[in-house]
Amino acid sequence: MSSSTSNTSTHHTSTIGAIGAPSRRNTELALLVFAVLIPVFAYANVGLAINDQVPAGLLSYGLGLGLLAGVAHLVVRKFAPYADPLMLPLATLLNGLGLVAIWRLDQSKLLQQLHVAGGKATNQLIYTAMGIALFAVVLVFLKDHRVLQRYTYISMVGALVLLLLPLVPGLGANITYGAKIWIQVGSFTIQPGEFAKIVLAVFFAGYLMVKRDALALASRRFMGLYLPRGRDLGPIIVVWMISILILVFETDLGTSLLFFGMFIIMLYVATERTSWIVFGLLMSAAGAVGVASFEPHVQTRVQAWLDPMREYTLSRNPNGDGMVHSEQAMQALWAFGSGGTLGTGWGQGHSELIRFAANSDFILATFGEELGLAGLMAILLIYGLIVERGVRTALAARDPFGKLLAIGLSGAFALQVFVVAGGVMGLIPLTGMTMPFLAYGGSSVIANWALIGILIRISDTARRPAPAPAPSPDAEMTQVVRPS
Amino acid sequence: MNKPLRRIAIFCGLLVLALLIRDNWLQYVKADSLREDPDNRRVLIARYATPRGDIIVDGKAITGHAETTSGDFKYKRTYKDGAMWAPVTGFVSQAYGATQLESIEDGILTGTDDRLFFRNTLDMLTGKPKEGGNVVTTLSAAAQKAAYDGLKKQGGKGAVAAIEPSTGKILALASYPSYDPSTIAGGSDSDAEAWKKIDKKNNPDDPSLNRALREVYPPGSTFKVVTAAAALENGLYKSADEQTDSPLPWTMPGTTTQLKNEGNIPCKNATMRVALQYSCNTVFGKIGSDLENAKMLEEAKKFGFTEEQFTPVRSSASVFSDDMNKSQTALSSIGQYNTAATPLQMAMVASAVANNGTLMKPYMVDSLQAPNVDTLEKTEPEKMSEPLSPENAQILQSMMETVVQKGTGTTAQIQGVTVGGKTGTAQHGENNSKNPYAWFISYAKVGDSAPVAVAVVVQDDNAVRENISGSGLAAPIAKSVMEAVIDSKK
Repeated sequence: MSSSTSNTSTHHTSTIGAIGAPSRRNTELALLVFAVLIPVFAYANVGLAINDQVPAGLLSYGLGLGLLAGVAHLVVRKFAPYADPLMLPLATLLNGLGLVAIWRLDQSKLLQQLHVAGGKATNQLIYTAMGIALFAVVLVFLKDHRVLQRYTYISMVGALVLLLLPLVPGLGANITYGAKIWIQVGSFTIQPGEFAKIVLAVFFAGYLMVKRDALALASRRFMGLYLPRGRDLGPIIVVWMISILILVFETDLGTSLLFFGMFIIMLYVATERTSWIVFGLLMSAAGAVGVASFEPHVQTRVQAWLDPMREYTLSRNPNGDGMVHSEQAMQALWAFGSGGTLGTGWGQGHSELIRFAANSDFILATFGEELGLAGLMAILLIYGLIVERGVRTALAARDPFGKLLAIGLSGAFALQVFVVAGGVMGLIPLTGMTMPFLAYGGSSVIANWALIGILIRISDTARRPAPAPAPSPDAEMTQVVRPS
Repeated sequence: MNKPLRRIAIFCGLLVLALLIRDNWLQYVKADSLREDPDNRRVLIARYATPRGDIIVDGKAITGHAETTSGDFKYKRTYKDGAMWAPVTGFVSQAYGATQLESIEDGILTGTDDRLFFRNTLDMLTGKPKEGGNVVTTLSAAAQKAAYDGLKKQGGKGAVAAIEPSTGKILALASYPSYDPSTIAGGSDSDAEAWKKIDKKNNPDDPSLNRALREVYPPGSTFKVVTAAAALENGLYKSADEQTDSPLPWTMPGTTTQLKNEGNIPCKNATMRVALQYSCNTVFGKIGSDLENAKMLEEAKKFGFTEEQFTPVRSSASVFSDDMNKSQTALSSIGQYNTAATPLQMAMVASAVANNGTLMKPYMVDSLQAPNVDTLEKTEPEKMSEPLSPENAQILQSMMETVVQKGTGTTAQIQGVTVGGKTGTAQHGENNSKNPYAWFISYAKVGDSAPVAVAVVVQDDNAVRENISGSGLAAPIAKSVMEAVIDSKK
């Protein structure tokens, strides 16, 4: 485990060095000010564009977002003083911009008629508060991420329960047609998959930390690839099967792809065996082809990806093939194209034409149309930066569990961003997941704040200066290496 | 564990890079084609986001705009006297697109025309909302009203086209039954209902058909004016009062069929003047037969037959067949067999005669205006052809004037005005089974100038067959249109 790239320090230090990086809390605070001000200006901009006046709620909105960011910052300052200074501002900025976009779509008469807009921004602000509360809870109560190791198998059971909840009769809610990935508790709807993502990463990290040597070394060489033993391969096959089953029963291609990808990434990192990647790709290809051959929902998605215009035409004039066709994919492409390089400006686009998923799955199209290529590239780079900080945290982490958990979470985050953005932009078939932080939806915002919380906790542990050596009777015999 | 971590970092970087490349592809490379895709509703939203410019007659707008209360289109078109003006304006509808003048001059009316680019850029910089320009027509509100009211009073179906002979300006373009484009201008359920009602499938009267430009009718005896012109131009007969070689009964060459006249009229060896006065089929049939197909076709083409006219709204091409034998040419020369003409075409025939043989290109857009009423483009009158020499035109005029003074067209006489005309009753249906079309073409002369030439066709399925004649049904309408033009010039 040679780790020579600790961040932020100008001089070369070892991560195990007793002298750690500076805490950078003031940098974080300065960045947070921007992360709050930019959405506040954006909010004013939307109001001016749509109603020719600064929105009445500007002050309360600014105070609300500022307060939440401030609380998050204070919690970090107190409980994770050495944490990465970029993650919190980046997440705050995305969350704030998402709130603006949701408020902007709230003004759309078309979406109001469809009952998917109007007052959603207020809800989202409440969800954000809940998310930041969970973020704080993680940082306050999870003093050391290694504690999570103890819950490896409980996590596995927990993740499976969460994933299968939507299939329980009476609990699963059919919000919109397509994927069955919601549950309904009272008047609340929850997407357990978002939380399962984190819990599953904990299980994978704990399991792989124990099994990595067996998986890496106890294998036979076959056709240039290292084949693992059956008993080591077993759990992987099980996970693969489960992800396929989720796909089949919940018609949720995105979640299964996400979990499987996350698992392969963590397996590869744990074992350092490239053959796992090959296996992973082969198995996911086999699974995807197998499912696509008999699942009409998936077939429609693939058709819509290959020829969105045909899908659009069919949604307007059904040819009676019994399939549900959607014009969304084509509408999203038009939204992106109409935005062009510089965009129409906040509030001046027509992404509401995407209809009912405009503020959730397809919110990226609103950004594409109203902020243009320039704005959307900035958004994508912000996501890229969050992932980059996560991978850095994994590199810097001193324990294999922390490394695995950090790479698992940031890998899942990266995959989710890619799958959603790629789907909305027509790069890959659409899978119906939501953009972390930007899209409307409580589960997503809350779960992603928890995810950021865990990453911040790991990065704090990674960058925290090692405690001064305890006075020990053997002190004289121990050499502490201090680099200059 | 750090080596695979770095590879995963690179992998994540590649994912983001793929998204960035795709984004550039969508929003830079493909942006224009996606933005301008006609299926992209934003195109329509932008189109209806600003008030549309107006179509103007006699200095007054016959169109307008209203703000819509529902949906994502802000403005919709309104029309004043929509049904009367529909053959001129066409329609523009949020749901059904645009037709005719509304469609052809769409760039000016919406303000997106390149000629407005500079002004639009200026407006954008100064924050002024975009506006559409205006289309100024050549039409005369009085003539149009006379035409439309005349057709409406008559009932049945019909059309009127009136032209100013010296310039080719279209003065009236009426079609009946008509429809009000206002009722289909929006995109609501009531617009869909109205659309259904005017659709040909549901309404056999086909009110949305522009009969003045787009329907061809057998012109019947009115075509004899063209035949007479061909006889004079080809030197077959030198004057109106020269006795013709016209036996009665006359058997068409190559057949045993005798060409019949309507009633017992003095057609044997009649002069062309008398033949036109009484509308002798035998005389003009034989002229066509004597001249043969090529010469008749050449003359018809000079009057504008066989070609679509762009006024700029396109008219259907009128028909005079090629490759006919003598007897077919004889029938075609009295406006039967394959011969068919639009009302605009027959107005052009009358106008060429009235304009001393020179046919002016018909047009109905006088000028295009920017939103600040600067003229962007003005249509100049343009000569189209010379179907007649001035001398022969004078001869034909005197023949047509005889028709109105003491022939079949007396119902078109106007006090103190010289009127020349020709009636027509064209057979219709298998073996003439349906009610015939009543035609009247004419021009009015005040002093030396002829301010108006007009063609009227009426198809009245409810009229008593014996009462149908160009003189009875069509000539009074032509008369009121001519009067309206003359009165408005006073």
